[in-house]
Amino acid sequence: MAQALATSDSYVTDFQALEGSLPDRGPEWLRDIRRQALTRFRELGFPTARRGNEKWKYTNVGPIADAAFSYPSDAGAELDLADIRRIVPWDDGWASIVFVNGRYSPALSSAAAPDAARVTSLAEAVRADGDIIESHLARHATFEDDGFTALNTAFLRDGAFVHVPEGVSFQSPLHLIFVTTDDTQPTVSYPRTLIVAGANSELTVIESYVSLTSARYFTDAVTEIVVGEGARVEHYKLLLESEEAFHVASSRVYQGPDSTFFSTLFARGAAIARNDIQVLLDAPGSSCFLNGLYVTTGSQHIDSYINIDHAKPHTTSRLYYRGILDGESRAVFGGTVFVRPGADKADAHQEDKNLILSENAQVASKPSLEIYADDVKCGHGATAGMIAEDAVFYMRSRGLDMETATAFLIRGFARGILDSIRVDRLRSFSERLTSRALRGSRFGLAS
Amino acid sequence: MTTTGRNHDKPLLEVRNLHVAAGGVEILKGLDLTVNLGEVHAIMGPNGSGKSTLTNALAGKPEYVVTEGDVTYEGRNLLAMAPDKRALEGIFLAFQYPVELPGVREREFVKTALDAIRAHRGLEKLSVREFNKLFQEKITEMEMDADLVKRSVNVGFSGGEKKRNEILQLAMLEPKLALLDETDSGLDIDALKIVAKGVNKLRSPSRAIVIVTHYQRILNYITPDYVHVLLGGRIVRSAGRELALELEAKGYEWIKEAVESGKEISV
Ligand SMILES: Nc1ncnc2c1ncn2[C@@H]1O[C@H](COP(=O)(O)OP(=O)(O)O)[C@@H](O)[C@H]1O
Ligand SMILES: [Mg+2]
Repeated sequence: MAQALATSDSYVTDFQALEGSLPDRGPEWLRDIRRQALTRFRELGFPTARRGNEKWKYTNVGPIADAAFSYPSDAGAELDLADIRRIVPWDDGWASIVFVNGRYSPALSSAAAPDAARVTSLAEAVRADGDIIESHLARHATFEDDGFTALNTAFLRDGAFVHVPEGVSFQSPLHLIFVTTDDTQPTVSYPRTLIVAGANSELTVIESYVSLTSARYFTDAVTEIVVGEGARVEHYKLLLESEEAFHVASSRVYQGPDSTFFSTLFARGAAIARNDIQVLLDAPGSSCFLNGLYVTTGSQHIDSYINIDHAKPHTTSRLYYRGILDGESRAVFGGTVFVRPGADKADAHQEDKNLILSENAQVASKPSLEIYADDVKCGHGATAGMIAEDAVFYMRSRGLDMETATAFLIRGFARGILDSIRVDRLRSFSERLTSRALRGSRFGLAS
Repeated sequence: MTTTGRNHDKPLLEVRNLHVAAGGVEILKGLDLTVNLGEVHAIMGPNGSGKSTLTNALAGKPEYVVTEGDVTYEGRNLLAMAPDKRALEGIFLAFQYPVELPGVREREFVKTALDAIRAHRGLEKLSVREFNKLFQEKITEMEMDADLVKRSVNVGFSGGEKKRNEILQLAMLEPKLALLDETDSGLDIDALKIVAKGVNKLRSPSRAIVIVTHYQRILNYITPDYVHVLLGGRIVRSAGRELALELEAKGYEWIKEAVESGKEISV
């Protein structure tokens, strides 16, 4: 398709301009990866929702491929910290690292990096922490079969690097904030995050994707998380892009022996959002708990594509996702829990439940299991339903009006996921956004 | 609101020739019932006779369609009121099958209901402290777990806990007309006594209670002023307490036959 080619050409032009302009193009290994990624992107392009492409069956990224986004110039917008504090959960005690249109902003990031933990820009880390970066960066999020990851990797220049050394326990959340602001033309940003939790370390980290613009833009994000032996990572993602934005994110999690990965996604924003999460339980005793709540209105489309790979015996996974859909919005849930041969005593459960508030909203939920080991405990389920009328009547019979009753039920449904957020401020922030999102909804009720 | 004396000499509830259909089938076929403040009525009938249909229709459940007849409550047309309006005006239904509300916490739910009802009566909201104290008292009276307040309404409750929870809410909301739909079924004797004690405490000249039941057992603990038999969608007999005992002794067949043969029954 000529148009698609023309579009990907513009990414190539951006890439060449970037290569030429960088004062320090980084070490040779990184330049190689970038160039290979660009080549791969040119071969793959953007995925299509054509038949046979199971990964993208229900999500059409044509609007992303067809639009022209440009890599913003270095002269970043002047932002005030106060602007950012208004749109994210905030606590002065949290270390935060801020990226504006994909670029690290030292001025907006908190100076106080926590004791012992390393929180810095990826560009800085490449200079200072060469070995650990080289052994992890782009090793978990591979780009061979994923155009979006390839594109992000081609533009790998900056991002967030979090490293908690062995035995260090870091409880206060680290907040990675990726904010998009107005620009003269539609922009693309390539947030990139690498989190390495050393053996027996503990870490809580929040990734927030927010915007200070109502314009159309494109976020192509990649996150790699390495959870070392006996380590525990608590991870949150806030997806609050503008209503016009496109957000495509790949997260790759690698887990060592007896490690725990705990993650909750709260997704409210973006016109088209895709969260592709893949967890590799690569050693006995590793377990992951993935929770997600998406709240969609208008014509939003959200796609959760989650794969959990039980590669070794005695591994555990729990996946609980919920969606609240209003307007003409669409939700897609897909992916597979995969139990490899020999991964005995794998214990897996995945569940996606949807509450549909409007006759025009739609859900395509297809969790699946592929089991190649004998001695396993696995289950999965997906549901989609409207507000229970019996529950509404019960509440009205106690004097609650229809709006109050439905709001209680919706909040109750959301609570099933939001209660898993252990960071109080983040939980109340997400609760507020959920209520606000549904203000004025008719809840699909007639009278 | 105008003065309470407005309908002083009118019955609290007057049901006239009530016909109710659900799922396209007529279930109630001309039911009459009059209830005054201060009275306790028992409505007895075999399974499927339409007892829940009556209580649901009075509470305003949408799928129960009134096809004929009138219901006045405090002299006003009850059938024109939305379910929540009926609750605000003082009607309370203790459900035969209380509904689970996942994620809706009991304390928040009851507080919201009480706030709405008090506001409608022109009373101020209770402060959180006052509310908690009152709620705790009632929970203790119903011999329920203190952690109930934090749990989701009826979720994970045993059958008996659900029924006690209905009476707990009844005690908190202090309605004028309490409709108890088979609150006794599924309760063991200890739980039944607790529930009966809770209900007896609510007997008052400014309140009426309608107990719907299949068995007369609960009437050993809550003595009704009137007993009605509901059969074939109508009240076929009304009398005093002794009718319940007779039903217990002779069964519903006896009264069914009597009604069909048109015989008068002296009780
Ligand atoms: N929502 C409904 N839709 C269709 N039929 C109903 C409905 N509710 C009750 N019925 C029918 O009406 C009759 C009376 O039911 P119900 O009022 O529940 O009786 P009871 O409470 O006395 O056992 C039964 O035959 C029942 O199946
Ligand atoms: Mg019944």
